[in-house]
Amino acid sequence: MIDMTLDPNADNPAQRTPLVQGGMDFKDVSHAVCDISERKTPKIWFLCLAAALGGLGLLKTSILYLIWEGTGIWGLNNPTYWGWAIVNFVFWVGIGHAGTLISAILFLLRQDWRTGVNRFAEAMTLMAVACAGVFPGIHIGRVWAAYWLFPIPNQMTLWPNFHSPLLWDVFAVSTYATVSLLFWYVGLIPDVATMRDRAKTKYRKIAYGILALGWTGANKHWQRYEKAYAILAALATPLVLSVHTIVSFDFTVSNLPGWHTTIFPPYFVAGAVFSGFAMVITLMTVVRHIYKLENLITIRHLENMCKIILLTGTLVGYAYAMEFFIAWYSGVEFESYAFINRAFGQYGWAYFIMIGCNVISPQFFWFKWCRTNVVFMFIISIFVNIGMWFERFVITMTLNNDFLPSSWDYYAPTIWDISTFVGSFGLFFTLLLLFLRFLPIVAISEVKNCMPEADPHHGDNH
Amino acid sequence: MSTQEKEWGLITEFKSSADIYHAAEQLRDSGFKKFECYTPFPIHGMDDAMGLKATKLPWLILACGLTGLATATGLQIITNMDLYPMIIGGKPNGAGSIVAFLPVMFELSVLFSAFGAVFGMIGINGLPKFYNPVFKHEAFKKVTDDGFFVVVSVDDPKYNTQKTTEFLEKIGGKDVTVIND
Repeated sequence: MIDMTLDPNADNPAQRTPLVQGGMDFKDVSHAVCDISERKTPKIWFLCLAAALGGLGLLKTSILYLIWEGTGIWGLNNPTYWGWAIVNFVFWVGIGHAGTLISAILFLLRQDWRTGVNRFAEAMTLMAVACAGVFPGIHIGRVWAAYWLFPIPNQMTLWPNFHSPLLWDVFAVSTYATVSLLFWYVGLIPDVATMRDRAKTKYRKIAYGILALGWTGANKHWQRYEKAYAILAALATPLVLSVHTIVSFDFTVSNLPGWHTTIFPPYFVAGAVFSGFAMVITLMTVVRHIYKLENLITIRHLENMCKIILLTGTLVGYAYAMEFFIAWYSGVEFESYAFINRAFGQYGWAYFIMIGCNVISPQFFWFKWCRTNVVFMFIISIFVNIGMWFERFVITMTLNNDFLPSSWDYYAPTIWDISTFVGSFGLFFTLLLLFLRFLPIVAISEVKNCMPEADPHHGDNH
Repeated sequence: MSTQEKEWGLITEFKSSADIYHAAEQLRDSGFKKFECYTPFPIHGMDDAMGLKATKLPWLILACGLTGLATATGLQIITNMDLYPMIIGGKPNGAGSIVAFLPVMFELSVLFSAFGAVFGMIGINGLPKFYNPVFKHEAFKKVTDDGFFVVVSVDDPKYNTQKTTEFLEKIGGKDVTVIND
């Protein structure tokens, strides 16, 4: 229930809708979150896990066959050397961005509403980055030589080429994954300690006891903890922008028309935030309903995320328009051709799916009803997820007509392209279900810290 | 074999974050040095209330970040300019190629700083530490839920079991208990 007399955006914080509703106190917050993993595992969870494990099996099978047979099993052809592998990689890395953005940038901006959703979004980041990491690993062809990407000299003292954007990716994505994991774990320590102190069975006591590292909540510890957390947020903020910037360098540092543009880094970052928030909404609306977390993850949280989707969706739309404008304005015929071909060529259908999903569908969020209706925002978020996958598809595939008409061809995926992509969702959901079952999905101590009674001057008249 | 139980400190509970905040101020003002407040979440302004100095952690993180920067710079210059210079796609080698090294320099600076922040925080806090005398206190389980506890250590120069107990009761502490190590 929302008290509509309060305005979520009021300048005076006292008039804003409270972040925690339903008259919950500290104890209720811990209980609401910890109970999710303490109550008996519901049957539906096992069913979902079975389905997710099926997807994971599909991914494994596809990868094993790929290693056995080679990248020829994919639909790659002469102008299209990068197929779905790069599309899926950029798609999954992008999904991850919402988590870091919520936990780092919104933390630095003192946006207290982030506390309800940041744990879940950060976990989603890690899972998405795990899925992303699969694709560059397998698309190099000779998977057993993947370690060549790392700075290890081989027998000819040949080192990796640090001028190459693909190598920058190795550093950017592995740093991103590591820092996200550390950030997530640091946030988890006090909450895992809560679960340790509530644990009834021996195994839970041992498992959570080890994860909590003996956390006591001593103020000296909190002091260093808060400092470390703030600095991690300050480090992760440029990091999250750099990751997708460097991913976009893979494209933009090449000399191909349609790719060689300076708008790519900001355009990719905006798209990543856009798709990441859409995925948070997709999952959060469902999880909040199933686990009855409406008092912790309120409509205000969801509405704020819808506003971010509206903003980034509009930025992405601007980037699409600007690409066309610059292609015309530059007067380069190859550039112009690439874009006309993109919209009206063989892949025009994909281009218009992209425009429909990414540019038009978020515009509904101008209306308050659309931002506050959970079912509606769920549907729009699905459109955005689809649209953002097609964006990467369009960018990668519409180069099938390059400089030489003799090498023009049409790319079509094979069954193995599809099975690898579908399988990657199996990996994502397997990790997600394990997280939902065993760890606190809302940042308990951070939510408590944002409640009015946490302030030592609460009730004082100054 | 009998274990020698040694007195470790006095523990007491407070009702709310405001109570423990004011209790910390009073302990500080009465000259207590070695006491600690245990709370379910960080309380704003508590460091001042307890009279704590700022942590040196940021300096450690800076040192780690600079190490990362030096590692990345050294790694790329040595391997790509000296050991095995490669000219690919006409990209130059020499001072001009430093620009191409920036992404990795940035990433490793962030990576090393993050290691410094996390492992520095855990290390300076003396974690992981699975044994702590406070865990013996049954009510202490509430600390990660909604409990606010103050512990005055026997190491405090003003510590006296009798007098400190009375003082803690006077400033609003409930159930003042002796904890043995």
